[in-house]
Amino acid sequence: MADPNLSATPPQAISTLPSKPPFWNDPQKRALVFQILLVIGIGLLLWFIFSNTLHNLDKRGIKTGFDFLDRPAGFGITQSLIPYTEASTFGRTFLVGLLNTLLVAGLGIIFATLLGFAVGVARLSKNWLISRVALVFIETIRNIPPLLQILFWYRAILPLLPGPKDSISLAELFYLHKRGFTLPSPLFEPAFIWTFWAVIAALVLAFIMSRWAKARREKTGQQFPVVWTAVGIILVLPLITFFLTGSPLNWDIPALSGFNFRGGLTVIPELTALLLALSIYTAAFIAEIVRSGIESVSKGQSEAAASLGLRPNRTLQLVIIPQAMRVIIPQLTSQYLNLTKNTSLGVAIGYPDLVNVFAGTTLNQTGQAVEIIFMTMLVYLVISLVISLFMNWYNKRMALVER
Amino acid sequence: MQAFITRETLPSLPPPSTLKGPIAWMRQNLFSSVGNSIVTVVLVLGILAALIPFINWAFIKADWIGTSRDDCTSGGACWVFVYVHLKLFMVGLYPESEVWRTILVGAILVVTMAGLMIKGVPFKKYIQIFALIAFPIIAFILLSGGAFGLPHVETNFWGGLLLTLVIAIVGIVAAFPLGILLALGRRSSMPIVKAICVVFIEVWRGVPLITVLFMSSVMLPLFLPEGMEIDKLLRALVGITLFQSAYLAEVVRSGLQAIPKGQYEAANALGLTYWQGMYKVILPQALKIVIPGIVNSFISLFKDTSLVLIIGLFDLLATIQGAFASPKWLGYAIEGYLFAALVYWVFCFGMSRYSQRVERSLKTTH
Repeated sequence: MADPNLSATPPQAISTLPSKPPFWNDPQKRALVFQILLVIGIGLLLWFIFSNTLHNLDKRGIKTGFDFLDRPAGFGITQSLIPYTEASTFGRTFLVGLLNTLLVAGLGIIFATLLGFAVGVARLSKNWLISRVALVFIETIRNIPPLLQILFWYRAILPLLPGPKDSISLAELFYLHKRGFTLPSPLFEPAFIWTFWAVIAALVLAFIMSRWAKARREKTGQQFPVVWTAVGIILVLPLITFFLTGSPLNWDIPALSGFNFRGGLTVIPELTALLLALSIYTAAFIAEIVRSGIESVSKGQSEAAASLGLRPNRTLQLVIIPQAMRVIIPQLTSQYLNLTKNTSLGVAIGYPDLVNVFAGTTLNQTGQAVEIIFMTMLVYLVISLVISLFMNWYNKRMALVER
Repeated sequence: MQAFITRETLPSLPPPSTLKGPIAWMRQNLFSSVGNSIVTVVLVLGILAALIPFINWAFIKADWIGTSRDDCTSGGACWVFVYVHLKLFMVGLYPESEVWRTILVGAILVVTMAGLMIKGVPFKKYIQIFALIAFPIIAFILLSGGAFGLPHVETNFWGGLLLTLVIAIVGIVAAFPLGILLALGRRSSMPIVKAICVVFIEVWRGVPLITVLFMSSVMLPLFLPEGMEIDKLLRALVGITLFQSAYLAEVVRSGLQAIPKGQYEAANALGLTYWQGMYKVILPQALKIVIPGIVNSFISLFKDTSLVLIIGLFDLLATIQGAFASPKWLGYAIEGYLFAALVYWVFCFGMSRYSQRVERSLKTTH
């Protein structure tokens, strides 16, 4: 219904509408000005820091730049995964430290996951005693600083072990003693490369097989024993290759000579202590994550599965675990990240990780504080960036598809 | 024909002992199946085998009071080591005649915290203001001295649990305002502000604290103009504050996200400016939700303070290590570390219990 009065509105009425606000009251312009001021402020601060640093370095006679990475290091490192001597460069030192950090992180993640899942499941056990023991373990370990635990293992427990001469031995192959843990080391012959390729081929084959089985299940509804077939392929194929190429693997058995072991591989006590402490510390957190993840799956889910006629272990496999994992994985990755960052505590007991050999010894010898701290931080930043990218990818994949 | 009819109800019998009481409980929770029974028995034996020698060593055969290691004669734990060094472990090398100042600060702290945490204490708001503004000033004047006739005590002499607490509390209190600003910045609609906050937060969260401490102890002196010296403790505090503010920012952000959008819109509709809306409407609600998160990050900060021993400060752990490294007390590492673990555990466990309690009381949904 058209109102005749409306069309007859005199043009003056429009001009009484508020005119454009002055620019200092326009939120958009205010935001712009504020941001420009902020950038200028931070720029000034950075410039202040930068010029002071240059001046201070100049006064101490330190040349900035990354030239020092090509200079010989001149100090030894107790554990190195790649060939390293005192004549190697500082760049090489960086690599050795980085690999040592990744070694502890990788092994620690494996051990912490195994122990953590075991304790987490134990925490949910119907047996009161088991669940209490798990609870006491979690609450004790979580509330003690990791650095204290590392030092405790390294300086209070490991020194109690006997010397190499009367070391605790297992089947004359493994020896536990004050100076570390000695075990046989593998000696690979050139033909071993075929076994290596066979493992890769088996993994690829198992992957293709599982894709095929999934496609068939979705089409026809028929189940296929994926896990057993995969285990079969991954075990049998490399084993056949191994024996066909004539068992190209020998073991270097350690033997006591004088006061120390000859041959074999000795894990330095620093690594043992760091690994023990970090695995146990992180496992306590993982156990809590596993418990809360499994408890987050509502009881109705297992009841629904039971009423559909699924057996208990199939319920666990098809209903509980997939839903619990959705809760567990994101928190688990952040624990892995914490463990990786905590490996830097090895510096307190002299484990030759990145922080120790690079941000410690190398910094003291060269004085290139800015470059070295920058590189060290960058390494950890890249690691956490990679892990959080993985987490985002996983979350997107696992997000509930809602209608 | 005769019929027997009961005219009154018989008294109900108690349930059989297999369904009620301790025996039933044990049947249900410890011996529900053959496998479970075996596990229980093995576990009990294992616990006894580990616990009996430990209790024997730590309590029954232990020596408690004495003056030197010669007093440790009974072959168990030598708690004399802790007894003798207790002052060192608590306040470090703080001058003997001034120790009362640290005790006074500790007492004020305990009373204030009790006032904040115990329900039903009146004047909560004033206690909060006192805890956040007046207490740090009073504590600083008391500990550092140099005013009101108190002799100055340099921070080199601060140590032990005192230093641990100073670092942890200063770290969390100083990081708090910065953390709130960063959290607000990260949720800001201004792209540059948001980018700066995101980068700042993610950089600090991505690196281990030890590199931050190295940075603050090595690089901070380089950043400052010539001739400007700052002491070791302050350097560590700057690093820890920056590091902690990033973690707090994420905690606060989670609280901001939990506030329904209607609250923001309501604040706008009332004509409140951004800061008014935040200060009067959003932050009071958001900060209340994240109290457990803040306590949890304080717990991890408290554990992380032990790292300062790597840059040469004498916190609780460092004084203990120093004590059993001295030739007079060589070989009492286990006693020392167990004592340190006990102190850290009591603090952390207590705080985590408190945060769980708050979490339960805040839970208003079903």
